Amino acid sequence: MAIREAALVLADGSVFEGEAIGAEAPNGISTGEVVFNTVLSGYQEVVTDPSYAGQIITFTYPHIGNYGTTVADDESRRPFCRGVIVRDLARRHSNFRAEQSLNELLKKSGIAGIAGIDTRRLTRILRDTGAMPGAFGTASQSDLLAAARAEKGTDGIDLVATVTTDKPYSFGNGPLKVVAYDFGIKTTILRCLSEIATIEVVPASTTAAEVLARQPHGVFLSNGPGDPAAVPYAVDAIRDLVGQVPLFGICLGHQLLSRALGGTTYKLPFGHHGGNHPVQHLASGHVEITSQNHNFCVDAESLGGRVAVTHLNLNDQTNEGMRVLDAPAFSVQYHPEAGPGPHDSRYLFEQFAQLMQNGTF
Amino acid sequence: MPKRTDIHSILIIGSGPIVIGQACEFDYSGTQACRVLKEEGYRVILANSNPATIMTDPDFADRTYIEPLTWEVIAKIIEREKPDAVLPTLGGQTGLNLAMALYERGLVGVPGTPELIGANAESISTAEDRDKFKKAMIEIGLKVPESGIAHTMEDALEVIKTIGLPAIIRPAYILGGRGTGIASTAEEFAQLAANGLDASPIREILIEKSIAGWKEYELEVMRDTADNCVIICSIENFDPMGVHTGDSITVAPAQTLSDVEYQIMRDAALACIRRVGVETGGSNVQFAVNPANGDVVVIEMNPRVSRSSALASKATGFPIAKIAAKLAVGYTLDEIPNDITKATPASFEPTIDYVVTKIPRWAFEKLPGTSGILGTQMQSVGEVMAIGRTFPESLQKALRSLEQGRLGLNCDPAEKQLAEISTEELMRLVDIPTPDRIFIIGELLLRGVSVDDVHAACKVDPWFLDQMSIIIEERDAVKELRPSAMTKAAWRRVKRVGFSDAQLAYLWGSSESEVREAREAAGVIPTYKTVDTCSAEFAALTPYHYSTYEDENEVRESDRQRVIILGSGPNRIGQGIEFDYCCVHASFALRDAGFETVMVNCNPETVSTDYDTSDRLYFEPLTKEDVLNVIAAETAAAGGKKPKVIVSLGGQTPLKLSGQIPVDLIAGTSPASIDLAEDREKWNELCESLSIPQPPGGTAVNLEQAMAMVDRVGFPVLVRPSYVLGGRGMQIVHDRDHLARAMAELSGYGSLGKEGGLSAERPVLIDRFLEDATEVDVDAIRDHTGEVLIGGVMEHVEEAGVHSGDSACAIPPQTLPAWVVEVIESYTTAIATALDVRGLINVQFAVAGTNVYVIEANPRASRTVPFVAKATGVPLAKVATRVMLGSTLAELRTEGLLTRSVLLDSPNTVAVKEAVLPFSRFPEVDTALGPEMRSTGEVMGIDVTFGRAFYKAELAAGTVLPTSGTVFLSLADGDKPAGIVVAKRLRALGFGIVATPGTANYLSRFGYMVDAVVGKVSEGAKITAVNLIASGEISFVINTPQGRGGRTDGEAIRKAANVHRVCSVTTVEAALAAAQGMAEQLDHALEVKSLQEYHGR
Repeated sequence: MAIREAALVLADGSVFEGEAIGAEAPNGISTGEVVFNTVLSGYQEVVTDPSYAGQIITFTYPHIGNYGTTVADDESRRPFCRGVIVRDLARRHSNFRAEQSLNELLKKSGIAGIAGIDTRRLTRILRDTGAMPGAFGTASQSDLLAAARAEKGTDGIDLVATVTTDKPYSFGNGPLKVVAYDFGIKTTILRCLSEIATIEVVPASTTAAEVLARQPHGVFLSNGPGDPAAVPYAVDAIRDLVGQVPLFGICLGHQLLSRALGGTTYKLPFGHHGGNHPVQHLASGHVEITSQNHNFCVDAESLGGRVAVTHLNLNDQTNEGMRVLDAPAFSVQYHPEAGPGPHDSRYLFEQFAQLMQNGTF
Repeated sequence: MPKRTDIHSILIIGSGPIVIGQACEFDYSGTQACRVLKEEGYRVILANSNPATIMTDPDFADRTYIEPLTWEVIAKIIEREKPDAVLPTLGGQTGLNLAMALYERGLVGVPGTPELIGANAESISTAEDRDKFKKAMIEIGLKVPESGIAHTMEDALEVIKTIGLPAIIRPAYILGGRGTGIASTAEEFAQLAANGLDASPIREILIEKSIAGWKEYELEVMRDTADNCVIICSIENFDPMGVHTGDSITVAPAQTLSDVEYQIMRDAALACIRRVGVETGGSNVQFAVNPANGDVVVIEMNPRVSRSSALASKATGFPIAKIAAKLAVGYTLDEIPNDITKATPASFEPTIDYVVTKIPRWAFEKLPGTSGILGTQMQSVGEVMAIGRTFPESLQKALRSLEQGRLGLNCDPAEKQLAEISTEELMRLVDIPTPDRIFIIGELLLRGVSVDDVHAACKVDPWFLDQMSIIIEERDAVKELRPSAMTKAAWRRVKRVGFSDAQLAYLWGSSESEVREAREAAGVIPTYKTVDTCSAEFAALTPYHYSTYEDENEVRESDRQRVIILGSGPNRIGQGIEFDYCCVHASFALRDAGFETVMVNCNPETVSTDYDTSDRLYFEPLTKEDVLNVIAAETAAAGGKKPKVIVSLGGQTPLKLSGQIPVDLIAGTSPASIDLAEDREKWNELCESLSIPQPPGGTAVNLEQAMAMVDRVGFPVLVRPSYVLGGRGMQIVHDRDHLARAMAELSGYGSLGKEGGLSAERPVLIDRFLEDATEVDVDAIRDHTGEVLIGGVMEHVEEAGVHSGDSACAIPPQTLPAWVVEVIESYTTAIATALDVRGLINVQFAVAGTNVYVIEANPRASRTVPFVAKATGVPLAKVATRVMLGSTLAELRTEGLLTRSVLLDSPNTVAVKEAVLPFSRFPEVDTALGPEMRSTGEVMGIDVTFGRAFYKAELAAGTVLPTSGTVFLSLADGDKPAGIVVAKRLRALGFGIVATPGTANYLSRFGYMVDAVVGKVSEGAKITAVNLIASGEISFVINTPQGRGGRTDGEAIRKAANVHRVCSVTTVEAALAAAQGMAEQLDHALEVKSLQEYHGR
């Protein structure tokens, strides 16, 4: 296979040389907000996670693609990320579960990537300056720089609209009935919910009235991409649901719930993207190793006395979870469903079932 | 929960001597534990018999007992020190087994006795008892291989009926897989089951359906008192199931598991540690995975810090032992900061952005008779680890780190040994796990055999094989190029898959320096990345680096004077932990004196590769290229100011590099002086000018010269290669045929680039062998003013001819007249002065009658430096290092670093060092000692008389000298006079004596009648020593080898003693020492005393 020389250029002018992988981008340019993820395994779940819409994912682990891909590990109907940056893409994978290589998956999904990159240098830049617009591909470095500078990033942009389902659908057949808002919902979340409920997945723009008309035992607020401030319609709907029906939110769902309660969210310097963050469950003191993927964060103090903080990130003391004091609702910033990541926090789904059944947990 | 305040003193049990399966990784873990617990304010009491360890340095504990590790001795220490708690999980299997032995006797872990912290007796037995463990795993829903337990041969035969062959046999409570094996036939099964029952201290074996060929994984888990659990590292074995994990090439992190499978394994590991009930600390859980369908079974679990924990600590930067010690005293993971980031807690799972490869190092060349085939019983003596951004890079770095003449994955002179072998034959060989398998795979891929075909033949995962073929393809891609034709991109590609300059020089028929020059001219130099536990997610302060070829270098700048200490590489017979001790002490001493210290080493088991031992750590191979790169990086980071380099503390490894490093950088004795001591002609002239006698001899580069040499000096001669440690290839030669064989062997090594190989630059030394001489070792330090400090004079127990590393020795000398010792000291001083030594020198002498001959001098740290330091209380390595950097002995005395030897003021103290040999693992090997070193470790006995110290040393080495029973005596003619004395002493102690006809006949002439005479094994006699040993009638074997020939009988007797674990000595000197020890043991109970008390601290 002939090597296609390529480069990655960040908006700050940093240049990385490598070779193109995956699909061929139009004009040899892919742009997006460059972020990194530190997982050692689970690249397929990350690539197919809708929360990465608008972003170019850098994998810090150098060998990516080792065990191939399988439809069973897809987190959504297709990848929504803008590109993939790796140090080394496996040219041969090895695993009994594999159906096709990561490169094939990228090609079929129209996602371009770049390999051979000093991803550690890139990560150190992103760590110090924050997620940054960038462009990569086979185009000239000057064209790439221009594209990187023209790229808007994710602040204030409604990326949810680009990933949510166009029409409602049903998933699983558990005993309870849950309406799940699809802000970019992951399949693993649906699988976890399906153990307790039959899920009716609805588009992000669904109103509270439409949701309540379905008479669910509870409503789930999913994860999703980008800035919570850019989806005011979802915040409005949630505001009308609080107190009406038990709520459980994850990630973007957590942020939207807090905005619906009158709280504020802010952008983290470089976000949390990995599978190894320690989160303390404050009530028990127990530490859970969690899967994380967010750039924005809830300012717990802005919520006044209306919520109790339930979970804290021990790395940077940022908010990871809350419980609404005057309504049956709770949410977490991290990903208890994992996919990829540890299963330490799956008890939260059981907690949601209890909330729906008993009104409390 | 904060730390416990209800306990104040803690006894840490060390792991004893370095043996196969239990090496210096437990010095690393024990040292960390001692440091942490002292910092936390606990009174730390340490028990360990190994004087070469860093942890037994008296600074690391409040009370350090260098005493034999038996439960009786530990009980005495407990009685004396009354600790509140005992921490047994950092001293390997030895620590755990001792804890269990003490618990069973009600001495720990029950009310009124010290509490067991780290792991309790119940959890130890759940993990260690094969049957309990299996039941526990089934109980929590995990799969285990189909198996059954047996305590007798009858049980075993019953179990195998239901399980079927092939089956694997695993004894309970053993370390390093001793006594395990895979049986494919009924005969093999009977043999292995019997061996396994013998190997298990509780006569229990697990018989398990063989799953050879499955993928093997290991997870390192930590748990705290609040039940927080984290996985520190996942490890995937390159070698599929069937090879002991200690003998496998292993890679971190796991490479071919999807996250779905990995999380299932993680859940299982957490369930396992919780069910076993390890309350705090580190454990490792091993899994096997069926590559065809992902079935997972649990293989075993160690409820303690292990060899893998040391590897995982070095692979991730997460200090498992240190954290385990803190957890044992009550902290929880979230209360402990991550050392590396400082800002984040230890309650997380490290993530890495590089690949780590570990490769074991074996010593089969020193153990003739062994098959060299790897199996379920661990046989390696050490290991290397390498870090690269990719697997190909880390694999090639690891292979060149091994220091076995290999420059990487083939592409070197040694690859020629495979060239002659047909592809068909190689395909057959690749299925047999051996140290060479990795190279055979490389050769097959080079010959164009497909990854699928190689995989079908050897079961190594195709991903690894494909990564290896990337290396091979890169070789093909640059083969036709020349250094001048390489573009920057081409250089970068070839270096990124780990090729060394030396490999490229071989490929291109060029020289290494030409390759380096061309590469540097193209602007391709290594960058150094940082090991930080978090893949750069957080800023890290740890200066723990590895090289790779990327865009960005992370070495921090500063302008302090930097000193680079070159470490000793992988543990091997002849070069082990003693040198790590010296390097670590050098770093400590120089840090204290205000220098910035930089360590370079590639051995993951050591304290030297702990990231906080030095100001900076480079985890790198110790080759010319890699070391010059570190020097260049350090020079650049200091703004051009050149560092000093210490080459004389890490054994032969760094010494061999001394000629490759700019002379002005080398601290201490100059390379010219080092060479003067190695260069036979110059050395002869020096001795002659000083009128110091040497055994007659000289050098030879071929057989003709060697023959001429023996014509001049006469047989027997000692033949030894230059620039080796541990007597590699050394032989005592009695006739011309043997000489021809010895020379041919050495020139064979030379053409393959092996250690000890003969070449024009590396001639063979041939000296007249002095029979019946006493060997003496001296360690001394000389400073630039010319003052010489005699560190210690050691008299060997075994006669000259037995390698000094395999011989017991005593400080102070026990039989030499005082004036002879003074002569030896004067000679040492004169030689040190003539060589202009700045730092340490070790000189070996042979004393025959009253004649003192010098055998050799080495201006470097010797194996005995830590032993001497512990016996005398003088920190020799620290003092020597300061002297190397310009201090005088007088200044160091004033400063308080150089203290007076405690032996000068307490003449009644004797310290004995004894070697620990690996024969119990290699029943096919002759145990007779010779000039080639074969011991893996050492122990020390210290007491008020030689007899008692010797008894302790033997006990510590695992030899319980009997105090009653029957002795078998078979003596070489030259040993017979001394035999009279031996017989006399043994009779006085009430022993029965059985002897060979010759020995019996001789003794009878002097009035010592034996109780029975045995016939020769080789002549088919009915009653022989071998069957008496087998039937348990002999409690002590004294068998000294007879010069040349006629060794078959003796060999059979020594092997029988080894197999049946009957105490045995092979020299008459050791027999005399043993008799003295036994006599004193009858009169006195063993008493324990700490090093601090001996040292008057």
